[in-house]
Amino acid sequence: MPSAERDGAGIGTSRAIGFLAPALLLIGVFLVFPALWTLYIGITDYQLTGPAAANPRVVGAENFLTALADPLFTNAVWLTALFVLGSAVIGQNALGFALAWLLRRVRPWLRRTVEGLALLAWILPGTVVAYLWFAVLSRDGGTLGALVGAPGTAWLVEYPMASLIVFNIWRGTAFSMLLYTSALAAVPPSQLETARLVGANGRQTVRDVVFPHIRGHVLTNTLLISLWTANDFTPFLLTAGGPNHESEILPVLIYREALESGQLGYASAMSLLLLVGNLVVALVYLRLLRRRA
Amino acid sequence: MTPGWVVRRIGFVVLIAVLMAFFAVPMLWLASAPFDLRPGFGLRWPEWTLSNVRATVEHPYALRSLVNSVVLCVIATAVTTSFAALAAYSLSRVRIPGRDLLLYLLLLLSSVVTGTAAMVPIFVLMLQLGLINSQFGAALVIAGGMLPAAIFILKDFMDSVPRSYEESARVFGATPGQVLRHVVLPISRPGIATILVWAFVNAWGNFLLPFLLLRDVDQQPAAVLMRTLQDEGGSANLTVIPVFSLLYSIPVVLLYLLVSKRYGFRFHGGIKS
Repeated sequence: MPSAERDGAGIGTSRAIGFLAPALLLIGVFLVFPALWTLYIGITDYQLTGPAAANPRVVGAENFLTALADPLFTNAVWLTALFVLGSAVIGQNALGFALAWLLRRVRPWLRRTVEGLALLAWILPGTVVAYLWFAVLSRDGGTLGALVGAPGTAWLVEYPMASLIVFNIWRGTAFSMLLYTSALAAVPPSQLETARLVGANGRQTVRDVVFPHIRGHVLTNTLLISLWTANDFTPFLLTAGGPNHESEILPVLIYREALESGQLGYASAMSLLLLVGNLVVALVYLRLLRRRA
Repeated sequence: MTPGWVVRRIGFVVLIAVLMAFFAVPMLWLASAPFDLRPGFGLRWPEWTLSNVRATVEHPYALRSLVNSVVLCVIATAVTTSFAALAAYSLSRVRIPGRDLLLYLLLLLSSVVTGTAAMVPIFVLMLQLGLINSQFGAALVIAGGMLPAAIFILKDFMDSVPRSYEESARVFGATPGQVLRHVVLPISRPGIATILVWAFVNAWGNFLLPFLLLRDVDQQPAAVLMRTLQDEGGSANLTVIPVFSLLYSIPVVLLYLLVSKRYGFRFHGGIKS
């Protein structure tokens, strides 16, 4: 019965649209409109205060040209790429897989404990987590300094990007771990057994038996965590971009230009780059999902 | 037991121990510093005291900011869950024109327009609407950001609920409203519970949006006050911050324990893989 298949619950199209309306209204006002408005604000000289606040002028591509020539902008793009590559593409991916692989055959209580700690790091509020890492990386008796026998090292000042990368691996690995755990469950045990019988070592087993099965998951995971990491604002809480712009990733630069310097038009032009980057990654991701479906 | 086996076994145990320490050590501070008479950034066995707790409770903004967090979170979570449930139900059951395109766009939006990428227009929008320092306004912005993903997860869930229950209820003369209240809502409770927890944890930890939109310390939630506590006077207020961090983390930890006990954190195929 085609009509029943179209509307099994008897809601009717008009009521269905009524059910959708409140959600679509909020999404329209707070997501779609801001995204489109970024395009417009980005071509004006809009400022938080001063004469350009009341009457912003359209300046065309000027903001974009300024950004390309601005060493702070190129610095931020480079640091963001480094942050994504180091903490997400390599760090969270590798550690997440390692945890999923190592914890397959340990005792359940141990597995639950390690997984539980990683999950806790993932879900604790960002401001709290930032404080925990202040304590680890502090110059005044911080845990890391005590552990490696270099007390008095101000890690966040001397090695800001390395600190942020390690921090973000700690913070975000749980997602990759969960995803790879469920992916590994789909690898046929008989093939792992065969690999063991022919005497393959761990590395060979992962490369030749496991990897072909989870290739799709690796790609999906890499795309998602890269997107989230590029949009992560937590580094602001740890270093606020300092010292001297050494850890000023794109989200932090956008914030400082917009709210601290008041250059709303210019900051919007830079946001556009982040939006376009997100769009490209998301389109690739959706295409992959569709191909698998 | 060959020597090689023993060496590998020891290596394995050491590796697991190191990984466990990597995740655990930063969290230990949250257990020791709140109850230490002289709290510092270092990790040590505390000289036990509850004086920090008293100092935190008496802090002029600490408890108020936790109340603000609850208000912000309850509004954002309620709006997200109710709007997403209605939208997901209608998308799951009625093939309205353009549905597939709409779903595609929702999925795209949920990952492309992040609070970070859209912070400037969102700030300007709320500034021009006069909604800076409005908790309700900030809650709606947070809800708007969570809605696309919430709709998507709930629609996936409702697709798996058989329609035959609704059809039988209709055969017995129930109105669409009654079907929704007495049939659909009870069946989809696990899905709605998932979204409630997910939305609450997300809104509770959200820093950027309240930081942008609530500039007045009277309105600020705990996430933003943590930042303020650190900034005032240049050095961190270590009598208040550790206890406050602990209080602020408790709801998330409780929800985490509840979820892992009842459902377990696992992906069951679905959209994530």
